[in-house]
Formats: sequence, C-alpha cells, structure tokens
Amino acid sequence: MGNNRRTFLKAAGISALGIGTAPVFNLFASSKPAATKLTPEFSQKKSALPAKHWGMVIDTRKFKSKEDLEPVIEVCNSIHNIPHHEEKNHEIKWIWEEEYEHAFTDAENKYINEKAKHLPFLVLCNHCENPPCVRACPTKATFKREDGIVLMDFHRCIGCRFCMAACPYGSRSFNFRDPRPAIEHQNPNFPTRMKGVVEKCNFCAERLAVGKLPACVEASKGAIAFGDLDDPNSTVRKLLEANYSVRRKPSLGTEPSVYYII
Amino acid sequence: MNDKKIIVAGLIIFILIVISPFLYNLGNSAPAPEIELSDKAKAAGQCVESKDFMKKEHMQVLDIWRNSVVREGKRIYTNTSGKEYNMSLSTGEESCLGCHTDKAKFCDRCHEYASVSPYCWDCHTDPKEMNNGK
Repeated sequence: MGNNRRTFLKAAGISALGIGTAPVFNLFASSKPAATKLTPEFSQKKSALPAKHWGMVIDTRKFKSKEDLEPVIEVCNSIHNIPHHEEKNHEIKWIWEEEYEHAFTDAENKYINEKAKHLPFLVLCNHCENPPCVRACPTKATFKREDGIVLMDFHRCIGCRFCMAACPYGSRSFNFRDPRPAIEHQNPNFPTRMKGVVEKCNFCAERLAVGKLPACVEASKGAIAFGDLDDPNSTVRKLLEANYSVRRKPSLGTEPSVYYII
Repeated sequence: MNDKKIIVAGLIIFILIVISPFLYNLGNSAPAPEIELSDKAKAAGQCVESKDFMKKEHMQVLDIWRNSVVREGKRIYTNTSGKEYNMSLSTGEESCLGCHTDKAKFCDRCHEYASVSPYCWDCHTDPKEMNNGK
C-alpha cells in the first residue's frame, strides 16, 4: 500500500463521515417530547380539616384502667392494618400503653403517688415540632407536614432505621417480617406495609383529609382531645389553659405536640 | 488472501451464534395481551386522562399521585379538561381499582407480558384478592 496523497484523502474523507454520523444518530435516538403537555391541578378535599399545628391532649384522669385503653388501641390497630406478632422483638406499635416511669423519664421522682405509679398511660408518636427522626432520615421518607404532622412516606423508606435510633420516645417500629400474615382482619381502605419498612402513628392523616378526627380520639369517649395548637380558641388550647399538663421528655427540646393532663 | 473460505465460514458461524437467540424464539413469541375493561370502566369511557396517555404514562401519573397524596395531603386531581378525581390506587369506589375492578385482567396481564413487577401490591391491597385469599 503506497502511502500517497490519494489514500490519505480517502481515509480523511471516511473519518470525517464517521465523525459526522454521531450527531445525526443522536438526533434520531433522542425521544420525542410528549405531544401534549398536561396541566392537571392538585388540591385538597373540601371536607379536609385545616390546622396550622395539629396537637393532642390526653386526659389521663379519664383513663382509670387498662380496660379503658383497650378500645382506643384496638381501633387504631384495626383500621391501620397493624400486625400482631407474637415475638416481642417484632412488635409493631402505633399507640400503646406505658407505665408512668417509662413514659415520663424526666419526671422520675424517687417517690411518686400511688395513682401515677399504677395508672396506664397512652403513648404514641409525639409529632414533635422539632422531630429528630426527620433529621436522621436519609431519604426524606419521614417528613414534617405544614400542619405539624410528622408523616412516613412508606414508598421512600429504605429500612435503615436511623429514625428509630433518633426517636427518643420509641414511637417507631420496624417490620422485621412480612406484616400481612399477622393481620387478623385486613381493612381494605388502608394499605398494609411490607417487610423492611419503619412505621408509626400518622395522626390519622388519611382521616383528617376527609374531615374525620383521628380514630383514637373518636374511640376515647372524650378523654382525648384533638385540635389546632396554634388557635387560641381551639378545644385543645382551652383544655391546656384550664388544666395542668405535661409532655414527654421536654428537656430534649423536641417540643412534642401530645400533651398529658395529669 | 488464500484464507477466504475459512474467513467466510467463520463469519457465518459467528453470525449464526449471535442471532441464535432470535432464531430460537422465532415464531413462538407470546401474543400481546388483551386488556379486559370492567363494565364500569367501559361505561366511564375515559380514564383520568386520554387512553393513549394512560397507556404510556400511567406509571408517572401514579408516581405524581403518591407524592401529592402522601407528601402534600392533596387528594383531588383535576385533569386537563377540568374533571375532578379522587387520587387513590386501591381504596374505595373512587380509586383506580374501584373502576378497574379486575386487577388480574387489567394490570397483571400486561405487566407479566412486559416482565415488569411493580411493587405496588406489596402494600396496596386488591379488595378482590383479599376476599378470595382470606
């Protein structure tokens, strides 16, 4: 093969052609933009309950025994498809009972009165104003809504359990097992969870969205009040004004939205 | 260039090996699945957007819906022509499954054919399957 001007020009021509094809191929390969741009709108239901900061007041004077707590816990478990695992380590809890010294570790006196000692307390996610779980979550699966509710987006949860380590109230549970076989009666109006996600109380966000109060509030026969903490005329604010109340572990600065009237 | 025969034979064998999977499956490809619409869906005539759009983009629609409902608390979808819909995959009459009542014939057929396994049903429940299963 003689290395002459003719062969050089041939090679140069073919190379130029080769370089030129790439943009043409890219042009054909790129997907066409959607033919019509849709402009849907998203809005809340008209019946949705509005608030700036949802809060709960639990009147512990009205819960005298474990029997009083049971219907409240039961209604939550059944509507939210919460599984019942025999193994204690696999337990899933949204709202459950706790004794005084475990619930209020800040207020742990050496001697407490008999009533507080034996009274069962309802505990749940505190929907903190300053939620440590939200800061810990690497995927923003748990987040604080504008109305103060700390919610879980199960779609995004990767099951790392940082939030469980961050929550000082033990309000979060991890699905170590598939929850479905452990649900007695599935409620078709609420999804279940899957193995490998964390779950917790959602302040019944799905009920507030359609104008209903949380299920535990309805089942408590007036012992639990629910309302807007930012509204001075709300039932919760009136109750807090008239009665002495405490919150769980206030020294941590998480600012719980669940108050207890003692 | 005395190896022409060997080179051509080698090339033919190489090409045959490369296209062997296609030859193997020639003629026995499964027919595209027929989607069966429920009576309710037929009566409604149109989904939340046009049929063509839903065919291509229903996964994006569902993704946008779940973010809107879960993260923003907005549950009403007003489509381009101004009609309002409740955003829900599986709960109640006014949900995707409320209209497309037969998940097996509507969702699963196509998903199986296309060999996609969306994880919707790990958590969301099909009322029909629930009644049969338990």
